[in-house]
Amino acid sequence: MAVASTTSIDELKEKAKTLRRHIVRMTTEAGSGHPSSSLSAVEVVTALYFGGFLRYDPQQPRKPDRDRFILSKGHAAPVLYAALAEAGYFPVEDLMTLRKLGSPLEGHPNYKRLPGIEASTGSLGQGLSIGIGHALAVRLDGYDARVYVMIGDGEMDEGQVWEALAAANKYRLGNLTAIIDQNGYQQTGATKDVLDLTPLDEKIRAFGWHVQTINGNCMESVVAALDAARKVTDRPTCIIAQTKKGFGILDVLQETGDVNFHGKPLPPDLAEKALEVLK
Amino acid sequence: MFYGEASGLKMGKATRDAFGRALEELGKDRTDVVVVDADVGNSTRTEWFAKAFPERSFNIGIAESNLVGIAGGLAASGKTPVIASFACFLLCNAYDQIRMSVAFPELNVKLVGTHSGISIGEDGPSQMGIEDVALACSFPGMTVVVPADEPSTRAATAAMLDHRGPVYLRLGRPSVPIVYENGVEFRIGKANVVRDGKDVTIIANGLMVAVALDAATALEKEGVSARVVDMHTVKPIDVEAIRAAAEQTRGIVVAEEHAPFGGLGSVVAMAAAENGISTPMRFVNIGDRYAESGDPMGLLKKYGLTPEAVADACRSVLG
Repeated sequence: MAVASTTSIDELKEKAKTLRRHIVRMTTEAGSGHPSSSLSAVEVVTALYFGGFLRYDPQQPRKPDRDRFILSKGHAAPVLYAALAEAGYFPVEDLMTLRKLGSPLEGHPNYKRLPGIEASTGSLGQGLSIGIGHALAVRLDGYDARVYVMIGDGEMDEGQVWEALAAANKYRLGNLTAIIDQNGYQQTGATKDVLDLTPLDEKIRAFGWHVQTINGNCMESVVAALDAARKVTDRPTCIIAQTKKGFGILDVLQETGDVNFHGKPLPPDLAEKALEVLK
Repeated sequence: MFYGEASGLKMGKATRDAFGRALEELGKDRTDVVVVDADVGNSTRTEWFAKAFPERSFNIGIAESNLVGIAGGLAASGKTPVIASFACFLLCNAYDQIRMSVAFPELNVKLVGTHSGISIGEDGPSQMGIEDVALACSFPGMTVVVPADEPSTRAATAAMLDHRGPVYLRLGRPSVPIVYENGVEFRIGKANVVRDGKDVTIIANGLMVAVALDAATALEKEGVSARVVDMHTVKPIDVEAIRAAAEQTRGIVVAEEHAPFGGLGSVVAMAAAENGISTPMRFVNIGDRYAESGDPMGLLKKYGLTPEAVADACRSVLG
């Protein structure tokens, strides 16, 4: 398994915990946000930024040959901000300014205001199309850069995603990887109840993509899947990361009686409990 | 018979044709220009660029949302994407994608809406972009350009590519007369006086400039001297041209091939009000309604976009 030479799986797991603590702290401090939607995506984001998959330079955030990560499910911004801070794009203390007036750490990612943000997202369904644009551009310029796009499983309801899946296949974008954070829930309930799109893997495979389905909260599986995806160069790749919304503090969320826990921060007392768990 | 003929104008090409040729020409030096098409390139004329530069052209199928998103990504990676579709499909179908993937991140995407207005004719209202200028103007930071003829469209295409930031270029389907036979000085945001006059000013854009010239020709026979201003840039609007019209003539008529709310008329009126420019105004447009199928000239007549209607508005504004 080609993990970055400097980072072991154990170190990645520790980093994941750090990101989770940031997510809980910053959303509770903000008094709003989507911690559960962020927590499900932590392993993937951690592996991308710290497992040697994304090649980036915080000092040159728009370097043309960089790899790109687009968070299409923009409401999970806290996981991205946590990773960017840990990666050195801005001071970790800034995380506590989340959603506050004047802070570039807005409720959803703002391309114009924060280095490291590759696309303004928050209106669902658009990130994969933007990713195709980047992938075509770097191919035209002859860079071997990769483009990763994280999409929510609820977000797959949006028709534009399927337009993009078809187009990426037409251009055989071997430098494009879509990661579906399949946490099983969307705003009002379970994705299977709101609009059941399963089996996602067969559908996306039928669109010509290389598809892997993995446990997206298992660091070993995430690293292995990203490594396998990187070796596929003749067509776009998709990783269906089966995750749990709120992973890492599931027991704490259980206490609230709301396993979806969509779009709200932990109250301070529960945040304390969660931070205990994440020690 | 065509509008502009009474004013001695010669028939020229459609603005979409002028754009297509200009883009093909400019593409030679501008290797950053990339065309993405939602399968209407033979209507929008981006196919000429695509034939010349196939490696920089992508037909992504009939999917305007994806079209705009891809353009946003290309721009964020340093390309200058030009995306053309029918004005209604681009602006109405992909409005949110323009918002999120172009306007809000201020990306250097060039949006081109062809088949604007009712002069597309027989295909009918589902294909007519009559809301597009209002929608384009509604995006913060969007530049909106509506050229009148072939020479000014060629110039506008070049200016659009040179401009940093999102631009909407509105074009038409039918052939239109040549307003700028002796060359055109085209600057985004700077209106052109195409006929001077001292009694009343007609502010127009697109094919309504030729209509306005015919109205001015008719008014001249009555002893009324009408100025015609080609307000090719709707946003940012040329406030000084409006001020000059108000100070040097006795009223303004705004003529456009668009629905009444949010288009050139609205923008001119607001700019006047905001800048303390007080002058009587009248507005010539399609009216608050959808049109129908029919021949272009018949439609323009039935929906009030005629030299007679513009001349009537001038008489009305002069009292």
